[in-house]
Amino acid sequence: MKVTVWGCRGSLASPGPETVRFGGQTSCVAVHLSDGSLLILDAGTGIRPLGMALGGDHPQRIDILITHLHTDHIEGLRFFDPIWDPAVQLNVWGPPSPIRGLRSRIAPFFAPPFFPVHLRNLPSQPEFRDTPTTTWRIGSAVVTAQLVKHPGPTVGYRIEENGQALAYLPDHEPALGSELSEVETEWISGFTLAEGAAVLLHDGQYTHAEYDERVGWGHSSTEDAVTFARRAGAPRLALFHHDPLHTDAQLEAILARANELSASGAGQVELAREGMTFEF
Amino acid sequence: MAKTHAQRNLILILARDLASRLATPVFVVDHEGTLVYFNEAAEPVLGRTYAETGELRAGEWATEWSPTDDEGRPIPLEDLPLGVAFREGRASHLPFRIVGGDRVARAIEATAFPLLIREDEIIGAIAVFWERSSEGTADR
Repeated sequence: MKVTVWGCRGSLASPGPETVRFGGQTSCVAVHLSDGSLLILDAGTGIRPLGMALGGDHPQRIDILITHLHTDHIEGLRFFDPIWDPAVQLNVWGPPSPIRGLRSRIAPFFAPPFFPVHLRNLPSQPEFRDTPTTTWRIGSAVVTAQLVKHPGPTVGYRIEENGQALAYLPDHEPALGSELSEVETEWISGFTLAEGAAVLLHDGQYTHAEYDERVGWGHSSTEDAVTFARRAGAPRLALFHHDPLHTDAQLEAILARANELSASGAGQVELAREGMTFEF
Repeated sequence: MAKTHAQRNLILILARDLASRLATPVFVVDHEGTLVYFNEAAEPVLGRTYAETGELRAGEWATEWSPTDDEGRPIPLEDLPLGVAFREGRASHLPFRIVGGDRVARAIEATAFPLLIREDEIIGAIAVFWERSSEGTADR
């Protein structure tokens, strides 16, 4: 599979000269499978340039896998070109809620006063589906969604193809209420999604000092992200969901800290940035 | 790509995290009724530590502490608060007696409620319990 990061900023799109190296678009990752299928992880503002890049050559079927309904993960959907194409088969997957289906939860974003066009009038007539509780197949991949620690119904994803896995947990606070370095792995939120994954895209929004002021907000510190990757045996961690207030220079400092933390382990740590690709 | 470990449901993880920080005794069971955790506050009441008991299947924990009513009649699993929570999918409360792992008899009362993630899907249940201040005098 080929994985391309189109947006890795957290919480709020943050364009400008101080964020140009890592990018200011909110969460969106394209996954091209070996059979030609296209999976898109989250529909933050990064999905807009992705749609433009696909142009008229987009696949007939596109599956968008939403982790949760916070605005920075769905705000780009309305500006994703293929959604206006009546010929495309668009499947939007998202976290199950105990109360309401995905379509009814997303519909307010496609209705006045937030948007002039109603969901029912979209030319592509997307199908909205709650993620299953068991693994399922999309194209040549096996997909797993699992609820993870983050406020409100939120899932992380694991995409497996040809014995390799991508784990995507952009908004995740596994250390909330847990001693991450000591607790048995079966009690770590998101553990099996990330276990042994070739690439782990994981929340690393805060520095250790920032996290102390934001416990329970649903995001991880650099330290906790590195610990989570180590416990999961994920050899390649890309810190994701960069804080909108962090400049490129601050992110470089976070990377330096992450490298210090991981120096004693076998894992590699990097910062997700727009345009970054992984192939495996 | 090694992927060999099981994963607890997030709701159970959150329940255990919460229980581990409470001073109220809490008992957590999974979707099969298996005891998967009780907290430190529960240990003096149950007379054992969770490290000692580990996981216990429903049929095991239901007899481990010999639950009886105030007249000494055994209470079957299905009539214990956790049993009712499981069987009927609703909260349940009951005063009863147990014999702790330290062989001390105690009068307790317990309230249990099911963990429903959908109207028809139960992934576990929680019981909170405490010793009655004066044996056998709790209001029913």
